Amino acid sequence: MSIDWAALGQVFGVTLVVTVGIVGLFTVGIVGTARTTQQEGAAAGAGAPGAGARIGAYAAFAVCAAAVAYGIYLIVAA
Amino acid sequence: MEHITLLIGIVIVTALVFDFTNGFHDTANAMATTISTGALQPKIAVAMSASLNLVGAFLSVEVAKTISGGIIDESAGIRPEVIFAGLVGAIVWNLLTWLAGLPSSSSHALFGGLIGATLVSVGTDGVHGGAVVMKVLIPAVAAPIVAGIASMAATRLTYRLARNRDEQETAKGYRAGQIASAALVSLAHGTNDAQKTMGVITLALITGGVVAPHADPPLWVIASAGLAIALGTYLGGWRIIRTMGKGITDIQPPQGFAAQTGAAATILASSHLGFALSTTQVCSGSVMGSGLGRKGGVGRWSTAVRMVVAWCLTLPAAGLVSAGAALLADQGDWGVAAVAILALGVCGAIFAASRRKPIDHTHVNEAPEPAGVVTAALQTVTPPPAGQTVPAQEAAGAITPANGAGAPRAKTASLTS
Repeated sequence: MSIDWAALGQVFGVTLVVTVGIVGLFTVGIVGTARTTQQEGAAAGAGAPGAGARIGAYAAFAVCAAAVAYGIYLIVAA
Repeated sequence: MEHITLLIGIVIVTALVFDFTNGFHDTANAMATTISTGALQPKIAVAMSASLNLVGAFLSVEVAKTISGGIIDESAGIRPEVIFAGLVGAIVWNLLTWLAGLPSSSSHALFGGLIGATLVSVGTDGVHGGAVVMKVLIPAVAAPIVAGIASMAATRLTYRLARNRDEQETAKGYRAGQIASAALVSLAHGTNDAQKTMGVITLALITGGVVAPHADPPLWVIASAGLAIALGTYLGGWRIIRTMGKGITDIQPPQGFAAQTGAAATILASSHLGFALSTTQVCSGSVMGSGLGRKGGVGRWSTAVRMVVAWCLTLPAAGLVSAGAALLADQGDWGVAAVAILALGVCGAIFAASRRKPIDHTHVNEAPEPAGVVTAALQTVTPPPAGQTVPAQEAAGAITPANGAGAPRAKTASLTS
């Protein structure tokens, strides 16, 4: 009886990288499209994100969507 | 052959009952955090999970093949009685843990039951010891740790990145992301767990000589297993959903998203790399991890400890029940009948016990503390699972626990509107 440490380690590594990567990217997307915390008395729209941040955010969301698609592919192909 | 057909029929029905308990036991995995963060309404969440489970059941039959040829040695003389006894143990344990609201692994209950029944009826030759360790024990320990660490790291990261943003606004994004992750978990659950039942039914058919060894499950097996698990999922194990969504830690949208994504990633990575982990333990682990990852987050360790104890007990407890059932079933036809009657009695008793303190979609998001007087009164008035026709004011009253003004206020609202 031998424990397959390599497979276990691989699962751990892949899980950690993918989870942190996807959550990080998605957060970048959210941050890019959300306003910053409004200060008391600040003008409306002062915290709105710029065009660059928006493009970056949409790119991040696109990568996440691709990851979900790959996930579905893995389930279907398994 | 008449006799064998009847027995196999009983086994198939029992397997579908197990599949059903598996469905409502595991709804929590995909949907507990989704419901508790408010990403989806409870009823919509379970409906979505149920349909994805059904779809998942049709996607592949890989797992079904390994169950019927992996842990148990089919050639060692497994008879339908043994499978029947194994299923009875698994069902009884699943219902007991559901009554206690504990998210234990349905797969472990099934493995434990099959192993216990095989040990009694066939002896140690019938069980592949190495496969048990590799496919059950190691994954059981590894799953919550892997998923927990990943979710904890992801929760830390997302709170750090989004710390300057308006919480109200980011919450929408997190909820949307969480729905996507939860959908992946549901789909993966359908492909994995519905197939375990298909595997068991196929195993029964093989032992009865109805289909050839190593055959694919017939279509009617796939369809009925998928439907049973979807039905169970739709009815929802609200008790377990509440434990997982509210009992372990208070979940905010970012945590829910991190936990669900971590769970989806763990399940997909592990099943793809051939090291299958228990969905239940992965999800519980990732919820705990996300609780640890938020500063000021509360971990309810007593709930976590109860849960871990239940995990450790699942395999031996289901095994013991099944061993007893196998002893009885081996006595012949009257033994099988006795086991069936006993099992029905136990299930009925557990169900009766659950009706004393019912938990359903109207108040699934309460923290598991004793309910207030108003909630208790409303529960007795509200008809049991009434589908989506529960009047809004009753649901609203039930959601505010121990709130004396809840019910009268709701009534005035409905009068004035």
